[in-house]
Amino acid sequence: MSPLRTLRSWLDERFGWDDLLAPLRKKTVPLHKLSYWYFLGGITLFLFVIQVLTGILLLLYYRPGANEAFESVQYIMTQVKFGWLIRSIHSWSANLMIFTAFAHMFSVLFLKAYRKPRELTWVSGVILLFLVMGFGFSGYLLPWNTLAFFATKVGTEITAQVPIIGKPMMIFLRGGEEVTGATLTRFFGFHVAVLPGLATLLILLHVLLVQRLGISIPPKLETQWIANPSAKREMKFFPNFMLRELMAWYVALGVLGALAAIFPWNLGVKADPFAPAPAGIKPEWYFLFMFQTLKLIPPRVWFMDGEVLGVLAFGLVGLLWLLLPFLESDQPSRTKRWITGLAVFALAYVAGMSVYGHLAK
Amino acid sequence: MAILQNKLRPFSATCCLGLAFVVLAACLGYGQTTNSCLDCHSALPDPLGVSQEKFSQDIHAQKGLTCVSCHGGDPTSDDPDKAMSRKDGWNGKIDRKQIPQLCGSCHSDPAYIRQFNPSLRTDQLDQYRTSVHGKRLASGDTKVAVCTDCHSVHDLRAPSDPRSTVNPVNVANTCAHCHSDAGYMKGYSIPTDQFAKYSTSVHHEAMAVRGDLSAPTCSTCHGNHGAVPPGVDKIQNVCSNCHAFQAQMYEKSSHKKAFDAASLPGCVVCHGNHGIVHPTDAYLGTGPEAVCMRCHTPGDKCDQARAALQSGLNRLDDAIKSADRVLGVAESSGMEVSEARLGQDQARDSLTKARVTIHSFRTDLVDQDIQAGMKIAAKNLQAGKEAMVERNRRRIGLGISLIAVGIVLAGLWLYIKKIES
Amino acid sequence: MPTQSQGMASPGGPLSAPTPRRRFVEMLLGSGFLATAVAFLYPVLRYLVPPKASDLGSDAVVAGHVGELKPNSGKIFRFGNRPGLLIRTASGEYRAMSAICTHLSCTVQYRDDLREVWCACHNGKYDLNGRNISGPPPRPLEAFEVQVRGDAIFVRRRLEG
Repeated sequence: MSPLRTLRSWLDERFGWDDLLAPLRKKTVPLHKLSYWYFLGGITLFLFVIQVLTGILLLLYYRPGANEAFESVQYIMTQVKFGWLIRSIHSWSANLMIFTAFAHMFSVLFLKAYRKPRELTWVSGVILLFLVMGFGFSGYLLPWNTLAFFATKVGTEITAQVPIIGKPMMIFLRGGEEVTGATLTRFFGFHVAVLPGLATLLILLHVLLVQRLGISIPPKLETQWIANPSAKREMKFFPNFMLRELMAWYVALGVLGALAAIFPWNLGVKADPFAPAPAGIKPEWYFLFMFQTLKLIPPRVWFMDGEVLGVLAFGLVGLLWLLLPFLESDQPSRTKRWITGLAVFALAYVAGMSVYGHLAK
Repeated sequence: MAILQNKLRPFSATCCLGLAFVVLAACLGYGQTTNSCLDCHSALPDPLGVSQEKFSQDIHAQKGLTCVSCHGGDPTSDDPDKAMSRKDGWNGKIDRKQIPQLCGSCHSDPAYIRQFNPSLRTDQLDQYRTSVHGKRLASGDTKVAVCTDCHSVHDLRAPSDPRSTVNPVNVANTCAHCHSDAGYMKGYSIPTDQFAKYSTSVHHEAMAVRGDLSAPTCSTCHGNHGAVPPGVDKIQNVCSNCHAFQAQMYEKSSHKKAFDAASLPGCVVCHGNHGIVHPTDAYLGTGPEAVCMRCHTPGDKCDQARAALQSGLNRLDDAIKSADRVLGVAESSGMEVSEARLGQDQARDSLTKARVTIHSFRTDLVDQDIQAGMKIAAKNLQAGKEAMVERNRRRIGLGISLIAVGIVLAGLWLYIKKIES
Repeated sequence: MPTQSQGMASPGGPLSAPTPRRRFVEMLLGSGFLATAVAFLYPVLRYLVPPKASDLGSDAVVAGHVGELKPNSGKIFRFGNRPGLLIRTASGEYRAMSAICTHLSCTVQYRDDLREVWCACHNGKYDLNGRNISGPPPRPLEAFEVQVRGDAIFVRRRLEG
């Protein structure tokens, strides 16, 4: 027997692998025009793993603390062998992951994969999306440079706009009234412990659910295939789809390497809390659509403060987003088409506002 | 009881109203000492008009002085004949020739001024008498500046007040009132382009644009109360107050002896007096900005030294610029070169030092500074080049790993094709 | 590794003698995996080895060594991204401060004749605590904390509050 076979049977005798993996062998992936969108979830997961690995490596040299953070990142970029590569991959992969997470969410939305019985997959996914954005927000501060400092200041100030609980929330996030070294320590804790812990649990749940419930088929196609079972086309998940996913992951790896080598991530200038904010501070691109919206809302709308209204509106939209499967499930098809229309509008809005926010001064 | 309340109401209302009126009048009247001067003069048009609002800005008014302190008269009377009676001490409009004396009657009295501000100087009148303005006034010229022309009157502010006419940021404007007025200055043998020239100068820019109150203005070099153009042989003393290093070098240089012998005004010969702009290396050249060639003969020993000085500076400047270029490219490719950038600051300091050492007019001294700077710039250029080498190494490494990735992708593709065939 | 192939038969099953084509694909895949694994692991392994330069720009910088400076003399040292001035006073104690003049950012120096910090550009002067005492400088020089540990003289920023 080949060495690989020996190893497998050895493990199987002790873990019961074969029985555990049996359902996996039977798993199939529906094949249709839009099947390529199924890759997005896996790519997001792959990028998350990259983040964990590069993050752990960065942890070996990074020092949280206002007087050492910037210097430690500078040290990683200049003195540590391949430190520049690890750090740039971490930064690029973060942005790519947020992008693929959004794309994954929108593709699930338009493919209506959130329908019963997959509501909890959707819910866990939306929470994961929020967590991922939290990862982005907390991680961005860690190099403690000017842009990050002021972006955090502006961002946390916006949370204070929530009525009643806003101010306590802001103080909780900042570790005080202002953004200081205490904020950095806190964000570090969120970024390397709290958020990874929560994310891991939710990812396990999410992936487990996907495995148990199988891949969803778009509604129209589903009705067709039920009527005509012989028209059904599928691919085995293991090894066929898996191998294709592996190709996608390797492409992602190559893209990451190229980005890290050709466009290394900027270090910036160390944050000086006493210096005035540079003009035109903007958050990272994945917050731009919200930021730009808030900028466009007039200072007073009816009887409410404009910014408060904006923040509450986004909160409400977030909640509706989370509960979408439950809200949509028993609606007549006309309402469902409306909801699809709204989803298209949402995508256009996010994309359009992000571009606008990027171009605006 | 109701009837009583009804009757009481109008009565109490009137009482309240009356009380309010009295209180209001008292408030309005509170703090006003009787000053019949302002009562009339605040309603008169210029040049007799002085409003209460204007006068309240005056530092003398704030210290408790009033119209009578300078003009005399009776402020309690509303009758002009009594209020403005020369017999009773009213001075009327103070004659220009008398103004310095009048101001000096308090401001040269240390015991008096001590009561208000012990650290205020009391020698202004003495200084004024030594000034061109003071001397000409004494000989009968009333067109020259007296105290009120510069300090303003009736709304005189302390010099530290940014709105004061003698605050450093405003001094040049105040002097220019007369000295840039060609019509007014007709008959005097001095130019009237000083302010215009000064406005183009680097000193004016420091003061007006950068807000550096230590930058020189007219009074810094000419004095304020004892204003006199500095003598031809004294000018470098004035400049050396700030530009100490250059002055030290110049003092020991060949040019000092030569300029003194020719009665040339030192620093001013090359740098100008009012329109002092930021000097450039072209001063050492042969073009329109050249200063050396105004006196020196082309081809002689001095001209050769000049050329050596200029080429030294240009060499260092080029070395710094080329290192900056390489570092810039390295930086935009993502290489971290902050240490070398810091080193560039040191190289630039060397260049600044070399430009200062020019004032010794010794090629050996300047050369020392140039060499020091060249070494630093060379080191930074090397760092930049190494950064570029590292950058290229990274790209090669990337290329290799991308090839490896390509092999995997090809292999996977073929494998998939195979198992599905 | 997959044991089931899908669809039509490749010549023989996986257990039969591998064809040259299959060998080629397997070789390609194997070498590709190996190459990417090396390309991935090599940087990571190099990364794990700590570099020699141990001062990561920590808050303390070695400005000099004991015995390097005579009393009543000074030297410029690198503090982060800026120059700093280390002075040994006539009485032997060490002082450190930023060397960037607060007037127009020239580099200041220690004058042993004046026993003061002096800026050559416009004759600005500071005392040994960094306070601006004469000339154009509008603000004092930022003073740093000095600590002598063993043979090395460490300089760090004054802590806030």
